[in-house]
Amino acid sequence: MGRWGGCAMMIQKTRFLIGILLLVFSFVFSPVVVWSQQPGEQVDEFVPISELPPEDQLPAAPLLVSAYACVVLALGIYVWSVGRRLSTVQQEIKRLELEIKRDVHN
Amino acid sequence: MSRLFAPASGLCAIMLAATPFVIASAPYESTMGLVQKIFYYHVPSAWLMMLAALVSGTSSGFYLFNRKLSWDRIAVASAELMVLFGAIVLITGPLWGRKAWGVWWQWDARLTSSLTTWMIFCAYLIVRRFGGIGSEKLAAGLALFGLANVPFIYVSVNYWRTIHPTTNVVPTLPLSMGGPFWFCALTLLLLYILLMQLRIRLEDQRKQLDNLYLAVDR
Repeated sequence: MGRWGGCAMMIQKTRFLIGILLLVFSFVFSPVVVWSQQPGEQVDEFVPISELPPEDQLPAAPLLVSAYACVVLALGIYVWSVGRRLSTVQQEIKRLELEIKRDVHN
Repeated sequence: MSRLFAPASGLCAIMLAATPFVIASAPYESTMGLVQKIFYYHVPSAWLMMLAALVSGTSSGFYLFNRKLSWDRIAVASAELMVLFGAIVLITGPLWGRKAWGVWWQWDARLTSSLTTWMIFCAYLIVRRFGGIGSEKLAAGLALFGLANVPFIYVSVNYWRTIHPTTNVVPTLPLSMGGPFWFCALTLLLLYILLMQLRIRLEDQRKQLDNLYLAVDR
């Protein structure tokens, strides 16, 4: 046996340990996997939306209006911002052109 | 700027004003109802977000290879529009999801990849604004990373399990929903083209201003 025999024993022990660990893990986690694959709760009654508590009644209109308001606001602010930057740069160009003309005359 | 800019702007304004009426004419979707109408702005904005990222990334690539400033101007203009349309997508999406899915946000592949790409282009603009001299090359590298994410955003809903609708929704739209959808998509595409022209003009004028400053200093 010697050194190689000891090594083989070690490998066997490690395999055994891994096997035990896998077994324990499968016992611990299999209920979680099975539970996660279960279909959702079955519906056995219909509840009118008006009977839901206020926090569960979620009207779509405010969400829709908010979405469109955000779109209009974002586009409006961007167009205004580009227009403002453009006019600032154009004013500065005019000012510098005048300054250069004045320097040339002097 | 081209002579078509003014008439195209007028047409775009009319189309934008008409979109709420066109959307109102579309029928309600069977399971989501009224809130599904966010779709008519959300999806075209998402397409334009990806288009803007593609344009910015490709132009940045060209700029890195041949150092022509015209490519850099296109890249920065499109990056800004990517952030604008991305913000619209990331705001309108959760408003829709809250009603349709019951949650504001879900860390799935489509939403997460859209958010990270948007953040990459925010970083692009921040680097351009505060990075100092030479920052345009660093920013161009960032835009290439953003570009690499675009195909991933598009296919993510088909390859990963997600609650986000797949890419199959738009091609299978009935005419009553498809008509308003394509009208909104065309309107926003026209808006993107016009804003690109305006933004590139701003970059051109800034370049002119820089040249004037140099002339004054001499």
